[in-house]
Amino acid sequence: MLNYTVRRLLMLIPVLLGMTIIVFAIIHAIPGDPADVILGEKASPESKAALRQELKLDEPLYVQYGDYLKKLVTGDLGTSIKTKEPIAKEIWPYLAATLELTLVAMALAVFVGVNAGIISAWKHNSWFDYLCMLIALIGVSMPIFWIGLMEQWIFALKLHWLPSIGRMNPRDPIDAVTNLYVIDAIIAGRWDQMWTAIKHLILPGIALGTIPMAIIARMTRSSMLEVLRSDYIRTARSKGLSQFWVIYRHALRNAFIPVLTIIGLQTGLLLGGAVLTETIFAWPGIGRYIFEAISSRDYPVIQSGILIIAFIFVMINLLIDLLYAAVDPRISYD
Amino acid sequence: MGQTLLEIANLQTHFKTDRGVIPAVDGVDLTIRKGEIVGIVGESGCGKSVTSLSIMQLLPKPVGSIAGGSIRFKDEDIAKAGESRMRRIRGEEISMIFQEPMTSLNPLLTIGDQIAETLRIHRKISKKDAKAHAVAMLKKVGIPRAEQIVNEYPHRLSGGMRQRVMIAIALCCEPELLIADEPTTALDVTIQAQILDLMKKLNEETGTAILMITHDLGVVAEMCQRVVVMYAGKVVEEGTVEEVFRNPQHPYTKGLIRSIPRMEDDVRRLYSIKGSVPLPGTIKQGCRFAPRCEFAMDRCAAELPELVQSGEEAGHRSRCWLNG
Repeated sequence: MLNYTVRRLLMLIPVLLGMTIIVFAIIHAIPGDPADVILGEKASPESKAALRQELKLDEPLYVQYGDYLKKLVTGDLGTSIKTKEPIAKEIWPYLAATLELTLVAMALAVFVGVNAGIISAWKHNSWFDYLCMLIALIGVSMPIFWIGLMEQWIFALKLHWLPSIGRMNPRDPIDAVTNLYVIDAIIAGRWDQMWTAIKHLILPGIALGTIPMAIIARMTRSSMLEVLRSDYIRTARSKGLSQFWVIYRHALRNAFIPVLTIIGLQTGLLLGGAVLTETIFAWPGIGRYIFEAISSRDYPVIQSGILIIAFIFVMINLLIDLLYAAVDPRISYD
Repeated sequence: MGQTLLEIANLQTHFKTDRGVIPAVDGVDLTIRKGEIVGIVGESGCGKSVTSLSIMQLLPKPVGSIAGGSIRFKDEDIAKAGESRMRRIRGEEISMIFQEPMTSLNPLLTIGDQIAETLRIHRKISKKDAKAHAVAMLKKVGIPRAEQIVNEYPHRLSGGMRQRVMIAIALCCEPELLIADEPTTALDVTIQAQILDLMKKLNEETGTAILMITHDLGVVAEMCQRVVVMYAGKVVEEGTVEEVFRNPQHPYTKGLIRSIPRMEDDVRRLYSIKGSVPLPGTIKQGCRFAPRCEFAMDRCAAELPELVQSGEEAGHRSRCWLNG
């Protein structure tokens, strides 16, 4: 297992190198002078020259790439053109915001999705099954911005139960330590702030979690239905086990392997930044960070942002592969 | 003759399908005495497995259900027993082993867990005792290195070993009846013999009665005291193994016996019964076997014969107009 993990981590090196080349190529794939593109055509020749110098655009490509890589290895992700701040320092709060939202959305999606899927399979072809699958179908088909807007309209504007946008009450800012606000509030011992942070998470969490929830429910159901037909489930029943025990001890773990794949992929996708959700709920996450960088042509930010998202995606895939072995003794990586 | 353990009378098991209701088991009568080994033989699709699943109430729900008749186990009609009563019977009083040892064990649980589980629900013993009992059971069914195997997962074992584990699970609560649904069909010939020997030995040691479901007359000859021949959801002949083999009464039984390959015969082509088992419910009147029977008369297609005494020995009965 340890062997395999080390091997997989080593294999990340060529993958990440490939990604740096692609990301690096973005800036050079722009037709014309990047300085023109970044600063706009009306910029003065001096500022363009300064930018070219700053980005070392006059050097040969391999020298530029070498420089970029050298900096990357030391943890230098470059400097934002817009804010002049180092990206490595600037990016974390955004990443943390996305991480917090993703965790809530996925926790909700897994808990509700898996259980709905189990009960649907258990009560196959019952009204509950039909209802669940109808809701799941609506869930995957609904545009996420529409869900978000409806939530805001009902729960924030009409009912005033929950805040409609942001992560925190702006008049009562949080002491950012980890930038995961719920945890920061706990560290500060501010239970009122923790509650506010949780309330801010609910609506975007539901909006973001709906599609994964529906996909997980459908996947769990079909996987469970297949497992429930298998011989070892008949064996389990022939031993005199209760239906509940058969389902949760014998069927669920077997049915969970394909579901795990979906959970991994969905988590990776959500961590990549949910631009729509983050925009609707004014959630300062990585998706919005990159989106704004694109609007202001902040190329170093775009480069590093994409690289980090790709890195997270690859790491989650590795984690899921390792989890397979933990769930299924037939999968051995040594 | 021992006491009656299981008595099935006029069992009707129906399946609801898109083509309508199909009577997979259509009026089966069957008796098993304490400690006895009874075989049910017949081709695929004749209702053998459905009969056994009906006894355990493990029919695929809601498609299959018992539509009539009774299954008296000791003094209780378990065809009418509720799910919670059945849960106490399954594994404790009646257990079952299946055809496919490769897929009948849960791949994600250790062998020990799967044996101990049965003990824990029926006997309410501690985890430690259950595991010790599991090791003892593994030794009893002839598994070497039982102390290590108990912690292994099923994929580490061969088909024959897995079937031994299945037997260990089935017998760990010392049930009075073991239903074995084609337990050796999926195994190599040498392993088949070992598993049959093991079952016979355990039958002698523990007195567990066995209902042996098979399509292999060789298995019946080897193992059973009595045999029931089924065709298209009905019993067509029953009697002691010696009597049925020596003096088969029903043309279907005769055909089955003639189609066993014999070393001493110099026949190029093996005998086979023409045609195949009709889909259940497609023959509405007359003898189910009539369309394939070489002795069929007009009466056979019109009227269904009763299961009546025939041959020389008492209790040898067949369902054929030739003998009625």
